[in-house]
Amino acid sequence: MNTPVKPQLIVIGNGMVGHHLVEQLVEQGATERYAITVFGEERHLAYDRVHLSEYFSGRDAASLALSTADYYAEHGIELRLHEAVTAIDREAGEVVTAQGRYAYDRLVLATGSYPFVPPIPGNDREGCLVYRTLEDLDAIREAAETATTGVVVGGGLLGLEAANALRGLDLDTAVVEFAPRLMPMQVDSEGGELLREKIEALGVQVLTGRATQEIVDGEASRHRMVFQDEKVLETDLIVFSAGIRPRDELARDSGLEIGERGGVVIDDSCLTSDPAILAVGEVALWNNSIFGLVAPGYQMAKVAAATLLEGNEAFKGADMSTKLKLMGVDVGSIGDAHGDRTPGARQFRFLDPLKQQYRKLVVSSDGKRLVGAMLVGDNSYYDTLLQYYANRIELPEDPASLILPAGSEAAPALGPDALPATATICSCHNVTKADVCSAIDGGAVDLGAVKGETRASTGCGGCAALLKTLVDHELESRGVEVDKSICEHFHYTRQELYDIVRVEGIKTFSELMEKHGSKVGHGLGSSSAPGLGCDICKPAVASILASCFNEPITDAAHIPLQDTNDTFMANMQKNGTYSVVPRIAGGEITPDKLVVLGQVAQKYELYTKITGGQRIDLFGARLEDLPAIWGELIEAGFETGHAYGKSTRTVKSCVGSTWCRYGVQDSVGMAIRLEDRYKGLRAPHKLKFAVSGCARECAEAQSKDVGVIATENGWNLYVCGNGGMRPRHAELFATDLSDEELFRTIDRFLMFYIRTADRLQRTSVWRENLEGGLDYLKEVILEDSLGINDELERQMQTVIDAYQCEWANAISDPEKLKRFRSFVNDARPDPDIIMTSERGQLRPA
Amino acid sequence: MTIASAAANTMTQTWQRLCTRADLVPYSGVAAWLETDAGPVQVALFYLPGGANPPQSAAQTPPSLAGHAQELYAIDHRDPFSGANVIARGIVGDLQGEPVVASPLYKQHFRLADGRCLEDDSVRLRTWKVSFKGEEVWIQA
Repeated sequence: MNTPVKPQLIVIGNGMVGHHLVEQLVEQGATERYAITVFGEERHLAYDRVHLSEYFSGRDAASLALSTADYYAEHGIELRLHEAVTAIDREAGEVVTAQGRYAYDRLVLATGSYPFVPPIPGNDREGCLVYRTLEDLDAIREAAETATTGVVVGGGLLGLEAANALRGLDLDTAVVEFAPRLMPMQVDSEGGELLREKIEALGVQVLTGRATQEIVDGEASRHRMVFQDEKVLETDLIVFSAGIRPRDELARDSGLEIGERGGVVIDDSCLTSDPAILAVGEVALWNNSIFGLVAPGYQMAKVAAATLLEGNEAFKGADMSTKLKLMGVDVGSIGDAHGDRTPGARQFRFLDPLKQQYRKLVVSSDGKRLVGAMLVGDNSYYDTLLQYYANRIELPEDPASLILPAGSEAAPALGPDALPATATICSCHNVTKADVCSAIDGGAVDLGAVKGETRASTGCGGCAALLKTLVDHELESRGVEVDKSICEHFHYTRQELYDIVRVEGIKTFSELMEKHGSKVGHGLGSSSAPGLGCDICKPAVASILASCFNEPITDAAHIPLQDTNDTFMANMQKNGTYSVVPRIAGGEITPDKLVVLGQVAQKYELYTKITGGQRIDLFGARLEDLPAIWGELIEAGFETGHAYGKSTRTVKSCVGSTWCRYGVQDSVGMAIRLEDRYKGLRAPHKLKFAVSGCARECAEAQSKDVGVIATENGWNLYVCGNGGMRPRHAELFATDLSDEELFRTIDRFLMFYIRTADRLQRTSVWRENLEGGLDYLKEVILEDSLGINDELERQMQTVIDAYQCEWANAISDPEKLKRFRSFVNDARPDPDIIMTSERGQLRPA
Repeated sequence: MTIASAAANTMTQTWQRLCTRADLVPYSGVAAWLETDAGPVQVALFYLPGGANPPQSAAQTPPSLAGHAQELYAIDHRDPFSGANVIARGIVGDLQGEPVVASPLYKQHFRLADGRCLEDDSVRLRTWKVSFKGEEVWIQA
């Protein structure tokens, strides 16, 4: 039997969508089925038109190319570049080019669009160009060589791209837009005004509401543009970028159905009125719309490939939401951004003329759904808003919070319930919420199993907290009881243990274990003796006891509970030596004390480094030297810095009004008072503070658990910020507080955190998991909605009153110093600690 | 990473005095210097007054714990994961009824009774027999 001849498939057009169609055909196996020929009018293989402007900033045609001729050859696809199709002979089933006629069985039009040049007398003068292809760009570049000024006609997306390109060619650039504002499709008048300011600030002149009547010879420059009001603008070069029109002439001439305003009509399968012919991309008119973006074009390409293989995919329209950066300016548009397609829609607007940001929400009449949004100046809001829009997630009670600046009343991050199934949880392994859910449905009943199944959180680990929250949530919603016991010794959460300790006044671990420890893990028989605890519950309980009663952690009853750093009141380093960090409140230190630190470091051969918290860290201290080192430090007036504890660390400060010409309050003074007040406070995790003396924020207070920024009238308080692996801006909590109000508010805030946070949970994560979010926190702390503020303040006062320097306490007690021996039976130092020298200091060998 | 168990029960081993009860820290560890025929060793000594709560099920009972509560444990002071001599400074506890110490550096758990690492079966610290003679602590090595 003869091999049947493959039917001929011809694709006209090798732009981005035309090429994507080829890739889809290859991927879906169409090369087995068809003999494929692709015609491209340009001499270049398909290239990335979205990044066309980069051609002027150094990228060449090759690097913009989306593929190679080899790719086509490899898959047996005939690529005929620089050969324009001039006609389609539907009766004969052939396409016609200057070179000849080619038979087709199926035909795809991917001819794209062309730039619209308004019918202005003089629009064909030399130096009047368009901005669409690499050849257009070559022409612009050539013309620019003898030009000093350039004008772009059209202030839309592409027009601004073109303007940026002209600017890049060192031309004095202007944009002329017919509409009363820039980017009229994407933004409203407020947004347009802001956009104009930003673009003018870049040195580009913006003329809106101008209709060019004619282009004639100029006096100072090559051309003169005459506007409707007789005003004129002279320029050497004109680029038209006033929208696109579909390249539908082949279809039109061959009698295919064409839309009223152009475009080849297609159905959901991308078929034209002739079932042998399909159309995709900007030439295609679906449901009376042309889609001038690349993503919908790609979707059509996928559908068309399936149609050619008798597949059953349908194009269902596309979301035209976009975010882009034009001349460095963020612009975003989602759904019905103007709110004129949704009856009864309500709008929220936020405008910051100083930071030049504008945001608008269009919300359904019942306030529950986001139907559109508009962003100018900051696209960081885009992703969250798009999730609300695309997944029809119910809006928070106060939708405005979604567009208010981060750091003030910013909306809580979407909780696990609100996340759509498509939301990415782990970006390292591209695991979505749906993947996690199906792993759970498939029998993964705990976090470890979900990780094993999906690989989520096994890359960088940055999603660990989110994954755990999601898994717990999903297990709970499936009726699986999630064991939140802190460990096998206590069937309680950290919060429950805290309440037990506080309410019952339990002061030791052994008493707590005796009364509330679980018996699991201690055999099956009649044993009723309490367990020993473990490295999870012991430090957690030690922290709770310290938060409640603040007895010295070195007391005999508490010492076995502590992590090694707390036990020896120093930070263990990788070779078993310790680092020592004395308190330098507010980062202020006298020259005398600075000298002492140097002398101590010299004497005990310690490596010195400045910390991020404005202190000095002395590394490489041997266990047995710690008491002597602290003896000298205490003698010089230092006290312990608690760098080893889950406790208050430092209060960083800028120099403030004392020295700085911008400072409005004494930030150093306040930092010292805060550090003295909260030093030694133990909490579920470490606590970092900072105080800035003015709004310039040199102390970076908004990255701290507690941030204080001076105002003319007092202090603004920010809470729950974090640096580290997952930075989080602190949120504005209260404004213009007096000193006393500030202390009181922080007292309550910290004690509430200590009372309700999980073990090793920083304030940022605690806050994100706090039901009710910032509003709830404000109700509790500022309005005393739970009626606990007196108690919180009293507890804080108890801790403050009980403060004593742990090192001073330890070195006055020979019993406590017994622990600081290298060996209980030998005075030699550990011979295995070996140091080497680097940059003039010692480090572990 | 296998750390061979020392010849724990050979005839050549003898008992020697190490320190006193007062040198120990209840429910915690201290380090001691030990001279053996094979050279010096750093030993972590853990003192659990009254003994660890003994498991009741014979199946999971290590021989050394069978039938009575053990108060004293001697185990390698060197942490095999970091190479630093820090085991005595770890937190002591029990997991599933077995007394363990958690390395203060990378938090692996080692069973006090036999030195086995719970996170990595191939790792095992050496252990020694220790006991009180009056107020003195003696070790077999």
